[in-house]
Amino acid sequence: MADNTALTDERIPTVIADGVDIVYRINGTGSGRGSATAALNRILRPGQAQKAAGTRTVHAVKNVSFVAYKGEAVGLIGTNGSGKSTLLKAVAGLLPVERGKIYTDGQPSLLGVNAALMGDLTGERNVYLGGLAMGMTREQIKERYQEIVDFSGINEKGDFISLPMRTYSSGMGSRLRFSIAAAKDHDVLLIDEALATGDAKFQARSAQRIREMREHAGTVFLVSHSLAAIRDTCERTLWLERGELRMDGPTEDVLKEYEEFTGAKKKPAAKPKPTAA
Amino acid sequence: MSQVLDTPPSPTAAQEDLAALAARHGLSVSGARPPLPEYIRQLWARRHFITAFATAKLTAQYSQAKLGQLWQVMTPLLNAAVYYFIFGVLLGTKRGVPDYIPFLVTGVFVWTFTQTSIMTGTRAISGSIGLVRALHFPRAALPISFCLQQLQQLLFSMAALVLILFIVGVPPAVSWVLVIPVLTLQFVFNAGASMVLARIGAKTPDIAQLMPFILRTWMYVSGVMWSIDNLLKQHHGWPVWLDDVLRANPAAVYIDLMRFALIDSFHASQLPPHVWAWAVGWAVLAGVGGFIYFWKAEETYGRG
Repeated sequence: MADNTALTDERIPTVIADGVDIVYRINGTGSGRGSATAALNRILRPGQAQKAAGTRTVHAVKNVSFVAYKGEAVGLIGTNGSGKSTLLKAVAGLLPVERGKIYTDGQPSLLGVNAALMGDLTGERNVYLGGLAMGMTREQIKERYQEIVDFSGINEKGDFISLPMRTYSSGMGSRLRFSIAAAKDHDVLLIDEALATGDAKFQARSAQRIREMREHAGTVFLVSHSLAAIRDTCERTLWLERGELRMDGPTEDVLKEYEEFTGAKKKPAAKPKPTAA
Repeated sequence: MSQVLDTPPSPTAAQEDLAALAARHGLSVSGARPPLPEYIRQLWARRHFITAFATAKLTAQYSQAKLGQLWQVMTPLLNAAVYYFIFGVLLGTKRGVPDYIPFLVTGVFVWTFTQTSIMTGTRAISGSIGLVRALHFPRAALPISFCLQQLQQLLFSMAALVLILFIVGVPPAVSWVLVIPVLTLQFVFNAGASMVLARIGAKTPDIAQLMPFILRTWMYVSGVMWSIDNLLKQHHGWPVWLDDVLRANPAAVYIDLMRFALIDSFHASQLPPHVWAWAVGWAVLAGVGGFIYFWKAEETYGRG
């Protein structure tokens, strides 16, 4: 992957993060004592010190800058709560940034339709509902319907697609959700831990589907705790730690550092910076 | 075998470079609010989602009940029965109102349409935060979809109402056609009002706790169970402006128009002056105003 290190100007950027800060504001975190008065305070004196008023801020992402190019698959790693998913949501335009700007080519979409689906409806109606929610037309869904059902493997053990989704096992449900979400082609695709669903057979199939989508999509971002999935899919990796971009480089190098950091692989000679030989 | 890390360029140099790079390749800022015409176009493109989401919500509502979709008709009928028992029988508001049962039932159904539209509209964003944070679509699709669900619900109620009209012997009339423009105008009004409350409810979820009280007060002054006309005839000493306010109330306007359309014994003389102008005016004001008000905060929905 030598070409990866060569940053030339003819590559087309699809996502540019320019000094991005993301801050969450949470109401009602006043200590148990007097939290009602804290709420009143918040309403009456919005200009007051926020901590006194019971509002806390969480600085989830701090001054992160990167450029992702067309045809790249970028992994995002970091320990729990390091701001990976938050950053992804901001790239998708679903969370506002506090400072800095995120520029994108077209509309990046998060892979996932869980929130649009309804357990009381049949699998079939959920395929349509999820597809429409993602912005597909009825014709497109009709065209892909069989493909979606076959891919999910829901009907392998009988006619389950005509049953309400709440009757599915959790594995079946997540397989159908992934299949619906993966039915659409995206310019910039953002995947958050999607590979960890279903049985081994389905995981292999979904990894294959993600590779296909990557070929169609301009750029893929993948958030995962499975380093194997990152290694399989991405040639470049961003490492976020406490909201800061700690490292950005070829997957192998970043993963090596990350494994040393988390102690996943104990190595006797831990060298923080690889030196060119 | 070694590789040089491509560390990000120094932050200071990057700041100008990145913005310039984005501009050179025509990249746009993520999550920015689209201009109004573009927003309307996006919303139109999602019309199938809006209808599918409304129908899905409606069907999901009673899917676990044994009687299933029968509850779509049973619930409004039971509601009407309760109000009839309390207001018609116990309190005797039916005195002086001919065809009291259809009068009451029409009032209850039409009012319920506005009430539930506004109530679900208040929670349209704050209650669907998962959807808002996961998928991209013009957020106005949510309150509109919830209102459409209530409209579908109302159509079931109307079927029950027609049944009641036949039973009590109100003959079908040409004026029944007026139901269509009245419902259209009321739907636009409801959608606009619920978009206003959706924006307020997204920023201040507490409003959802307050709304039932406001709506109940609104119901009691809208002449749902009693005739505003009769009340005003009984109280001559009331100031004129109170008279005007009671009659111009959008809920009362739509309820009275619907009664006029459906019930033979409800005469045009009982309608407030310029009633159609009021009906159209309220719909345009709430519809256009609510939509623009909602769009103005489009990029903030889903925040913390």
